[in-house]
Amino acid sequence: MNLHEYQAKQLFSECGIPVLAGGMATSATDAVRVAQQMDTTGWIVKAQIHAGGRGVGYFEGTQTEQGGIRIADSTDAVRQAAVDMLGHVLVTPQTGPSGREVKYVYVEQYDDDVQRELYLAMLVEHRTSQVTLLASATGGEDIESVSLESILDQPIDINAGVTIQEVSEMATKLGLDDSQTEQLHSIARAMFELFTQRDATLIEINPLAVNTEGRLIALDATVTLDDNALFRHPEMEQLRDRNEFLVGELEAVEHGLNYVKLNGNVGCLASGAGLSLATLDAIKLIGGEPANFLDVPPVAEVGRVKQALRLVTSDPGVESILVNVFGGGIMRCDTIADALIMVNRETPMRVPLVVRLAGTNADFALRRLRDTGLSIIYAQNLADAAERAVSAAKHKEQAVRRSWWERVMGSQKS
Amino acid sequence: MSVLVDKNTKVICQGITGQQGTFYTEQVLSSGTQMVGGVRPGKGGSRHLGLPVFDTVQEAVAATEAEASVIFVPRAQAAGAIMEAIDAGIGLVVCVTERIPVLDMVKVKQALGSSNTRLIGPNCPGIITPAECCIGIMPQEIFQRGRIGIISRTGTLTYEAVWQTTTHNLGQSTCIGIGADPVHGLSFSDCLEMFMRDNETEGIVLIGEIGGIEEEDAAEYVRANKTSKPIVGYVAGRFAPTGRRMGHAGAIIQRGAGGAEEKLEAMASAGIHIANSPVTIGATMAKVLASA
Repeated sequence: MNLHEYQAKQLFSECGIPVLAGGMATSATDAVRVAQQMDTTGWIVKAQIHAGGRGVGYFEGTQTEQGGIRIADSTDAVRQAAVDMLGHVLVTPQTGPSGREVKYVYVEQYDDDVQRELYLAMLVEHRTSQVTLLASATGGEDIESVSLESILDQPIDINAGVTIQEVSEMATKLGLDDSQTEQLHSIARAMFELFTQRDATLIEINPLAVNTEGRLIALDATVTLDDNALFRHPEMEQLRDRNEFLVGELEAVEHGLNYVKLNGNVGCLASGAGLSLATLDAIKLIGGEPANFLDVPPVAEVGRVKQALRLVTSDPGVESILVNVFGGGIMRCDTIADALIMVNRETPMRVPLVVRLAGTNADFALRRLRDTGLSIIYAQNLADAAERAVSAAKHKEQAVRRSWWERVMGSQKS
Repeated sequence: MSVLVDKNTKVICQGITGQQGTFYTEQVLSSGTQMVGGVRPGKGGSRHLGLPVFDTVQEAVAATEAEASVIFVPRAQAAGAIMEAIDAGIGLVVCVTERIPVLDMVKVKQALGSSNTRLIGPNCPGIITPAECCIGIMPQEIFQRGRIGIISRTGTLTYEAVWQTTTHNLGQSTCIGIGADPVHGLSFSDCLEMFMRDNETEGIVLIGEIGGIEEEDAAEYVRANKTSKPIVGYVAGRFAPTGRRMGHAGAIIQRGAGGAEEKLEAMASAGIHIANSPVTIGATMAKVLASA
């Protein structure tokens, strides 16, 4: 689960990582009120979306030339920044082309006193399976151009935490003095505490500013929490931004399904993440375009599979549906068959349905489907299934075009 | 010969009385696997599915001489269960439980480092030597004892690869699903080493997916340790949409690895035969073996 900067900074200040004064706002009026409460003459207004690169991003379909981070020297300028950002779609190098709509802004005291910008992060390094502290002498937006070799990494013993020796070595390489080294140690220890106590998978401070007084301050904050550990942090669940999901995705998450919306016309439902990805590959390799894909976990019961089928079919872009399930263990093919039969009874499929079932109880499930006389295109294997689904979607497309053509021609004749 | 498990492997189940533990123990018992008991704290001394139940792994090992354990414990207690098996000196632990917090696994990895235990998983389908020993949740009816060693990071896609080697009449020597979690036990390279040494294995199938550095490491291992056995690789997710990114740390730590194209390139340049499509895994292996 990704946190917004304003949420991450709240956690930072609770655990003792120095941040500047600031507050979140959802309207321009709010933004001005937050700004007025601060003892400062300069502000910075930042769009709150779950992606980086906000400063170099742009707002889709607006005249605003500025990105998602703006300096304001008056409360009027704060108001204008909030008006320009809220409700508009911000596209950054990290959002992908579709961007994200800005629903919150963070209004923060502006510190023009920055002498240097460092980079500091903590995450689990998969190669070593260890918590690792990353640092770079060059931070801020320049981090993109820093060579990977020059970034410092320090593995941290999960049972011992961050030691002063580890930080000292890093601080020397970063060119910090004694007082700054001490501050870095205290920040790194606080990061480790936050990381382990809240089950984070990423904490990133970019930039970590050094001001002219030699003080270290976190100017930005990125925190990602481990979804698999949220069960032991119920208080964190309220920080989830439900607006971050696309249509269908939230519903899927709530039903324990993994749903991804794409732009093509073949709806895909497969069992397990790997088989879902492979189904996608198989469709794309023969020139098809998936509309979505939904991965049903192998422990699904009929109710959840029904929900999954409804999600896949409710996508208006879908012209054919491919169900590719390899039964194994608790995931049995007859569960899929039952769900297909039930969903069809409630709302008959409006598009061709291609079914490939293999593994546990496949024969039994196929017999059951055939007995109901449902209109299903049966496929022998994955290759066959992908071909039939892609060609069914094409025919549907052609049929629509043909009927349009016939209508046009008919109206001309009359 | 086979890899890691055979008909003599004595197996216990941690979490045997739970719904999943019960379901799979029944399946495994019918396959001829030597299930010798189970563990469920508080139910020691009772019997379940005809097997003795113990309070601790230590007691189970003392009474049954079990050398392998399969874990179906809920995720909040799963890391603790793995640690208990490590402490009891179990040689092979298969953890099926999914969605274990990653920091729990960091602690498990540390404990594994100073032990003689091998861990498969978590979030994995397990290991099977067809007709001898099945530790995990793989559907046994799709297997056929034979010549191919299969190593996979994904669950259901493992079955697809198995099924294709079965329909091409190649069969499997042993199949290992190492699991898809970022922090896990045995790696591709660990498994490759074992299959390269195994007499019965004539070819190896490697099923990877996008993300992580497992495939790149495996390619490096193959490059450094030449083998005459053909290896066929497939990487799932070439056409997966690229998601949003949070920050830079992920990209920094991957050091350019992780994408499907990078993985395929690394594997191909190490001499691994690439199956371009998931539908040609079996056919590619059959072709390579025929021309060898």
